[in-house]
Amino acid sequence: MENASKPKAKWSQVSAASRRQFFADTARLACGVGLLGLGLGLYARHATALPPVALRPPGALPEAEFSAACIRCGLCVRDCPYHMLYLAKPGEPLSTGTPYFVARQAPCEMCEHIPCVKACPTNALDHALTDITKAKMGLAVLVDQETCLNFLGLRCDICYRVCPVLDKAITLEPQSNLRTGRHTLFIPVVHSAHCTGCGVCEKACPTEIAAIKVLPLQLARGQLSAHYRLGWVEKEKAGGSLVAPDVEHSYHLPEGMQYAPGKGLSVVPPGAEPALPQGGAVPPAPTFPKAFQGDKL
Amino acid sequence: MKLTRREFIKSNAVAAAVGVAGISIPGAQALAQARGGDGVRWDKGVCRYCGTGCGVLVGTKDGRIVATQGDPDAPVNNGLNCVKGYFLAKIQYGQDRLTRPLLRMKDGKFDKNGEFAPISWDRAFDIMAEKVKATMKNPDQGPFGVSMFGSGQWTIWEGYAANKLMKAGFRSNSIDPNARHCMASAVFAFIRTFGADEPMGVYDDIEHADAFVLWGANMAEMHPILWSRITNRRLTAKHVKINVLSTFTHRSCELADSEMIFTPQSDLAIANYICNYIIQNNAVNKDFVAKNVIFHKGVTDIGYGLRPNHPLELAAGNNGYPGPDGKPKGNPGASTPISFDEYAKFVSEYTLDKAHEISGVPKDKLVALAKTYADPKTKVMSTWTMGMNQHTRGTWINNMLYNIHLLVGKISEPGNSPFSLTGQPSACGTAREVGTFAHRLPADMVIMNPAHREAAEKIWKVPAGTISDRIGYHAVQQSRMLKDGKIGFYWTSTTNNMQAGPNINGEMLPGWRNPKAFVVVSDVYPTVSAMSADLILPAAMWMEKEGAFGNAERRGQFWRQQVKAPGECRSDLWQYMEFSKRFKIEEVWPADLIAKMPEVAGKTLYEVLYTNGQVNQFPKEEAARVNAHAWAGYTNDETDLFGYYVQKGLFEEYRRFGLGKAKDLGEFDLYHKVRGLRWPVVNGKETLWRYREGYDPYVKAGEGVKFYGKPDGKAWIFALPYQDPPEKPDAEYNLWLCTGRVLEHWHTGSMTRRVPELYKAFPDAVIWMHPKDAEKRGIKRGDIVKVATRRGEIELRAETKGRNKMPEGTVFVPFFDEHRLVNKLILDATCPISKETDYKKNACKVLKV
Repeated sequence: MENASKPKAKWSQVSAASRRQFFADTARLACGVGLLGLGLGLYARHATALPPVALRPPGALPEAEFSAACIRCGLCVRDCPYHMLYLAKPGEPLSTGTPYFVARQAPCEMCEHIPCVKACPTNALDHALTDITKAKMGLAVLVDQETCLNFLGLRCDICYRVCPVLDKAITLEPQSNLRTGRHTLFIPVVHSAHCTGCGVCEKACPTEIAAIKVLPLQLARGQLSAHYRLGWVEKEKAGGSLVAPDVEHSYHLPEGMQYAPGKGLSVVPPGAEPALPQGGAVPPAPTFPKAFQGDKL
Repeated sequence: MKLTRREFIKSNAVAAAVGVAGISIPGAQALAQARGGDGVRWDKGVCRYCGTGCGVLVGTKDGRIVATQGDPDAPVNNGLNCVKGYFLAKIQYGQDRLTRPLLRMKDGKFDKNGEFAPISWDRAFDIMAEKVKATMKNPDQGPFGVSMFGSGQWTIWEGYAANKLMKAGFRSNSIDPNARHCMASAVFAFIRTFGADEPMGVYDDIEHADAFVLWGANMAEMHPILWSRITNRRLTAKHVKINVLSTFTHRSCELADSEMIFTPQSDLAIANYICNYIIQNNAVNKDFVAKNVIFHKGVTDIGYGLRPNHPLELAAGNNGYPGPDGKPKGNPGASTPISFDEYAKFVSEYTLDKAHEISGVPKDKLVALAKTYADPKTKVMSTWTMGMNQHTRGTWINNMLYNIHLLVGKISEPGNSPFSLTGQPSACGTAREVGTFAHRLPADMVIMNPAHREAAEKIWKVPAGTISDRIGYHAVQQSRMLKDGKIGFYWTSTTNNMQAGPNINGEMLPGWRNPKAFVVVSDVYPTVSAMSADLILPAAMWMEKEGAFGNAERRGQFWRQQVKAPGECRSDLWQYMEFSKRFKIEEVWPADLIAKMPEVAGKTLYEVLYTNGQVNQFPKEEAARVNAHAWAGYTNDETDLFGYYVQKGLFEEYRRFGLGKAKDLGEFDLYHKVRGLRWPVVNGKETLWRYREGYDPYVKAGEGVKFYGKPDGKAWIFALPYQDPPEKPDAEYNLWLCTGRVLEHWHTGSMTRRVPELYKAFPDAVIWMHPKDAEKRGIKRGDIVKVATRRGEIELRAETKGRNKMPEGTVFVPFFDEHRLVNKLILDATCPISKETDYKKNACKVLKV
């Protein structure tokens, strides 16, 4: 865990290896037959597993498909104007020769014209991706609430302000700081619908080890079970209640008091009409609901 | 046993370390120490950056700051900090710390065009003394040609010692703080409206207000901890509303209930409209106004603080500059009494239509804002910083905001508070209260007033007539006088004016490099200013000296020296006092002045100013006695070097200026035992709300409210118009350029850019612009662009997204980046009253490179 989160992880100490350097290294390695066998072994072992801090370039197909489609040509690495893509070297825990980046070292700068995708000759980086804000390289996760400065009440918010999809991918949700009683906790919340996994937040996080990290989607995402739905979400989706609304409620109340479902009891403000019940206009003369009339009581 | 996740990890780590016998793991030791008895000494301090004044605890070990923490018992921040404060432990330890005096030399001698080479303090003071003496004798320069530029980052006693050295010692009033670039408009308006500087309210206003109005302040980034308090008020009291007035959308707008983006300069029209609305809708608090307010009409046609030969100044009739006959053309601060009805008539032309037309703010939002002020049941706190202060009508707009609060009587009580925020840790405590401006003396006194000069001369024990009655060169004028050869000696400290000042290429750099001037920069890092100097003096900073700051709510806070400064670094205080030993009184004062006090003859300035029986009255042992509650055997470097408790002696002498004048500070010893005190401190009690009976000891029973800074106890409402700025976008320079700050960096970045994490979080300045403005110019986000004004150009990357959303026609550049000196582009136009530069409104063009 420690290795994986430090900027200079052991397996990623390679500097932005140029494509040529990569081929030279591999060729040198290939000279030894025994070593070649080792290389193949490593290749086989890492072909399907992606280590948690290695992220694929924008538009990468799901990992298994990507590994199959990528011909290790290195053209995406060549065309990245920010030189933040690496080719995995033999011995590194992911398919040798495939492109990846490490957010804490150098994140994706989200070029509008996405040159890495355009360079890909096999569609391993999906050419259907033309809007970089639709990329899903991973998902930012605030993995450590105990060390995030904003969770502690400090005013950092750096991840929020550096986010290229500001106010969408990360928002600050204010909560009262109950310890001081006078300040606000600005809680960073990542929204998966907008986060591209570019890693700018992880790079900029000022703590010794980043409290927010971009993880590959399959590690980052949870999933609710199909047997339960979120009522308020379903209601919004449907544009209203999924079932017939209640008929009007009314209550026994002393003079000067009002009661509204969902809002509770309150004093009628002086000179004000009785408050409207939730959900619409008051019927002119409130009547005892039919549901509660007669023998139904 | 219940373990948290973190404790579990820790205990496992320790267990693992113990398990591997014979192998020492450094982390394990640190963990063991963290449980207590770790050898870290904690003492109270105050944050080094902005004017909020967050309390911090400073942890030192083996002579080095190893950690800091937000002080949980500090009432300002309750243990919190912003991310800059989180990294305070690192600011003293940048790798390029200056540790020796450096002089530009060629062949072993000073040469203006030489290379920096190390010299001794002795040689540094030799050449400085030589230059001061030559300047004083030079008929083109004289005493006022000896000039000093300091800041709101001076500790209180540093500012006080400097002020005394300049105004009494060298008899030069050419000392000014960088607060001139920052707070001067607020200061002049406080004096004009109330006759007394600094806010009437306190931060506690936040928890009592029903509405907040930010007038040109992005508190979310620039006052992060105070914003956190305002947000909490908004969160916990549902009726509370936040209104943000700005020339572009920034992070404070995100939580605003009403965001109002106005055309630059039109805040003047909005303020007058609100006053008009209040009057038209019968919302004037008539009793309050009748009892506490009088009305004045200010002169207009006051120019723009440019050089006197500028066409705009030749045309101005009331700029105070010499006219063709040699006499001053009016006085930009002048005004004449008018009646309420005349005032009402004056603002009546600022109708909703007119305010909307000038400002571009939707009418419904303007009405809602006016109603917020007009509603007698809504307590309003207005806050502002550079948007209102850095303004060619900065004093006016400050006055006009008070007009609003005074008309409705919403002032000097919990929650009703026009609150001027400050940007430096001691803008109030040092620059303002100590009076380090070119026209000021301590405790709101001014050098133009003979009674004030006399009072200062008495306290300082110098002969009558020592202090000149002429106003010295203010910040912007210092640059011009350097360029014109009128200043021969210029000494700056605790500031980075070559990056922060306006019109760098046009006025500043030519002045500093003028062969007629010798420029000394006391600094901690090789800043742009240091590299532009002739002599660099290595300064001690923050916890390397005993200090005191005064924050925006009148709270003075002290700290003890925690560590030694590296190498040959010395505090600014030591520098001023030690340097004064280089002057015999006969070398700086004329014979007739010395004749008035023969006992000073033959003495050095040091003896006259500092070993005067007052400053040196507390022996060395006093430092240990005063601080015994916190630190056995405490002492500090200046006390050791001079042989007496210097800080206490200076503070106790300084304190005499304000006693009984509603500027009362507490006793020195008390401050070392508390998390700050808010003045006036009378009988050991602090003052929360000034001018209000019951809260303010200077308001007698039955008086209710009394603005006692004015002789009749009444505040002044000013009739002042909207006027255009000196420069507006045109066909060629077709965009408004606004400059400012970002949360990650403080001012010129000399400290925060040396913290790797902060540098990484926001490495280089960018120019924020509207996507359409970029598109029109063929610019894509991330492109390098050239930004040019009539003064110069810089190159930086374009940003069309992110924290600031610009309206079309306006661009924003932060000034923290020494590699992209945006202040090269800024016109040195000032408010003619406050002399504060407008950094917010220049015309620029942006081109694709």
